[in-house]
Amino acid sequence: MHNTEYLRDEIIRISGANPAKCMRCGKCSATCPAYDEMEYHPHQFVNMVECGDIEPLLNSESLYMCLSCFACIERCPRGVEPAKFVEAVRLTAIRQQGANRLTADNVPPIVDEDTPQQLLVSAFRKYTK
Amino acid sequence: MKVSYFPGCTLKNKAKDLDLYALRSAEALGVTLEEIENWQCCGGVFTTAEDEVATKLSSVRALKYASDRSQPLVTVCSACHNVIKQTNYAMQNNKAFADKVNRYMAEDGGYNGEAEVYHYLEMLRDLVGFDTLKEKVANSLKGKKIAAYYGCLLLRPGKAMGMDDPENPTIMEDFIRALGADAVIWAKRNECCGGYISVESPETAKKNSNAVIRNAKAAGAEMIITACPLCKYNLEKSGADIPVVYITEILAEALGVKEDTNA
Ligand code: SF4
Ligand code: SF4
Repeated sequence: MHNTEYLRDEIIRISGANPAKCMRCGKCSATCPAYDEMEYHPHQFVNMVECGDIEPLLNSESLYMCLSCFACIERCPRGVEPAKFVEAVRLTAIRQQGANRLTADNVPPIVDEDTPQQLLVSAFRKYTK
Repeated sequence: MKVSYFPGCTLKNKAKDLDLYALRSAEALGVTLEEIENWQCCGGVFTTAEDEVATKLSSVRALKYASDRSQPLVTVCSACHNVIKQTNYAMQNNKAFADKVNRYMAEDGGYNGEAEVYHYLEMLRDLVGFDTLKEKVANSLKGKKIAAYYGCLLLRPGKAMGMDDPENPTIMEDFIRALGADAVIWAKRNECCGGYISVESPETAKKNSNAVIRNAKAAGAEMIITACPLCKYNLEKSGADIPVVYITEILAEALGVKEDTNA
């Protein structure tokens, strides 16, 4: 696996965001609709990425709980855009061979007659490489 | 007036009403939605990662199609709107990204964010005008209390969407009023229904959606309107005991063009 520093820089590069701008106010986590479902909350993603503490994030279910609702991105007073780190870490996780979260075999049981195409397309975009 | 129209995959399948009523209503207002030839799915959600390029090319192609014709690009689905606008914003503001995209698309000629993207509601506000819309209303929805559900995709991120104030929007309420109805104001109108989480955790989607519905009803709403097929699906699956209706359906009803579309 990569060394810690490389992984940290890589996540920051993929995210296009800068964790050092964070002032630890917690507003991102306060506004996050997935807060209760997340083991690591948006402000923790920012802080852990900054500290290079990437491995726990890579293995966390929190990666799949973010709704991409852009609330933290909109409401962060410092323009840190926390969800960009969630996304960068999730992509790094699912880009590993065999690590897709969702496969075609998972689809039949979750589909009903009203399921909009948008739901499946979006889930595959987020959970599968 | 003619505009380029990106319907997206859901409007051709499970959300046919959203599409049909959009076309019919626009026609009644003097706007022809010309469907983009060979459009491809936008992907449903925008990927914020800097190194995701190929997944955004379908949006760039749609943008370029409209800009080559000097037409505004109109979308109805909240998700298509969000992905295409965020992609256009990246083409305008992220040089490295635009450069990579243009390498992929070298044979098609360059594109650098020239297209103007309008959500259907913006088209009504900015190209048709809510005053004009008001004059064309044949069946006023007077007395109906309607909650405008923006969800997350219509407004955020505000700097890329440029549609309205992301925290205190008025466009959908103004739309409701133009149709003669009363717009209910409520706190959760721009909070998330759960989106694609219904694949991963239906309980989470239900929790979020229930909170949205409860809040709309507490504010006195008799109906929730949306432009998003996934919002409609999640709200209905969570057991909504209030109708969740597409914006184009109440528009077609008010304009008196709803019935013909069933042919
Ligand atoms: S809202 Fe922004 S500044 Fe505040 S904790 Fe979250 S990332 Fe840091
Ligand atoms: S984008 Fe993800 S992390 Fe940010 S507020 Fe929404 S659900 Fe939470």
